[in-house]
Amino acid sequence: MSSHITLRVARYRPEEEAESTFEDYEVPCPRDWVVLDGLNHVKDQIDGTLSFRWSCRMGICGSCGMLVNGEPKLTCATFLADYAPGPIRVEPLRNFPVIRDLIVELGDFMGKLTRVKPWIIRQVEKPLSDGEYRQTPEQLDEYKQFSMCINCMLCYSACPIYGLDPHFIGPAAIALAQRYNLDNRDEGASERMRVLSEHDGIWGCTFVGECTKVCPKHVDPAAAIQRYKLQAALDWVKGVVLPRATS
Amino acid sequence: MEVRRPIEPLLWLLFSAGGVMSALLAPVVLFLFGIAFPLGWLAPPDHARLLSVIGHPLARVAIFVVCSLSLFHWAHRFRYTLYDGLQIKHLNEAINSACYGGAILGTVAAAYLVWQIP
Amino acid sequence: MNQQVAYTPYHPRWHRQRISTYWWLERPSYFLFILRELSSLAVAWFVAWLLLLVRAVSGGAAADQQFLEWAGHPLVLALNVACFAFVCLHAVTWFNLAPQAMVVHVAGRRVPGWIIAASNYAALAFTTAAVVALLLFRW
Repeated sequence: MSSHITLRVARYRPEEEAESTFEDYEVPCPRDWVVLDGLNHVKDQIDGTLSFRWSCRMGICGSCGMLVNGEPKLTCATFLADYAPGPIRVEPLRNFPVIRDLIVELGDFMGKLTRVKPWIIRQVEKPLSDGEYRQTPEQLDEYKQFSMCINCMLCYSACPIYGLDPHFIGPAAIALAQRYNLDNRDEGASERMRVLSEHDGIWGCTFVGECTKVCPKHVDPAAAIQRYKLQAALDWVKGVVLPRATS
Repeated sequence: MEVRRPIEPLLWLLFSAGGVMSALLAPVVLFLFGIAFPLGWLAPPDHARLLSVIGHPLARVAIFVVCSLSLFHWAHRFRYTLYDGLQIKHLNEAINSACYGGAILGTVAAAYLVWQIP
Repeated sequence: MNQQVAYTPYHPRWHRQRISTYWWLERPSYFLFILRELSSLAVAWFVAWLLLLVRAVSGGAAADQQFLEWAGHPLVLALNVACFAFVCLHAVTWFNLAPQAMVVHVAGRRVPGWIIAASNYAALAFTTAAVVALLLFRW
């Protein structure tokens, strides 16, 4: 087993060139090193100009998402040894504009996240003296899976629909909307419905399913979207058949 | 409840219903009438039997419903395939007319043919 | 989202990748997805075939026989074999995805996904058997 492995890293230096290029770096390959360790080795020892995002290095902050051999992955959770003998191609996340090297522009997602109102919406807040909102384990299970999202954007990178049409609201935003819609403490489902039932909302999704495949937290955004489609369609039927009964 | 595109949920419902209908019936129909009977693997029912089966009122309704919903399933799915596969979303007016228009024409044809069963 | 950015020396040009027309060839899962979507054409053919059959049967015993013979023509047969394969792909992918789309609660507990998929396949088996029985068995 070789002690070193080649990282073929995409470089984009906007002040020098118009296109991105690849550069090869030889990094040590101990059994417990991940791609992020390799990138940090490059930055520390070989080429200090390499730019990339990372933070917790334990799979919870969602900062270090990149394409490893074309697959969206968290680089802190992808072991170098699994790709021996290499070389390993490291590129910035697909479907986002690249600012520099491995750093992508995330403003689009941030805007979409805000639009789906990912917080508990109440018509009337309970006063503090009434105590906390209580929830049974079954009620928690309804939305818990969708609350695991770490906003790492791997699902947007995997989604061909988002790649083809950046207006598509995307998997994580819908999954997070569902996290709140299915929370029994929340009363904001109709507000989110307005955003999600636009044409660039849930209806653009054709259930490719790639988002679920790449999600490191097993959120299953594809399921969230399909369930929401059914709900939105049934709400639409109710709105047509019983116009005054809808909230 | 206001939605900007009120027709989309209905189209999705038709797509889903058509998907279920076609998933349940297309395999057996295409296998029997497209492969097994023409190749002689199974003896086809005689004409009188066939006519009595499809002439039954329930069968007429079933055939019409299955054909219509399956056509709307095709229309919706094919429309998005053209959008995404060929990236011609800018032609969406033409695509929508062709797909859903085709489904409507097919539904009319199905109604006529089912009506015409002796 | 405002995509109109003024690029300056302190805000250099972002690099945007164009999606190739052949994006669906880049990964096996994308290719399988497009095949699944193209199965809708086979569904449309199924409708056409069913309606042609209805028309032939309505036309009398001779028309029925003629239809059967035309169905035996190699090109027609090949088309039907291909479409049969595609509608099977449609059925399998549809039923396998059903558990993700439908969450069913019975007595306060969530029904496991494999039961939902299995129920759908059971419905397929039942419907197929019903059609075969209706057409072929001696009543």
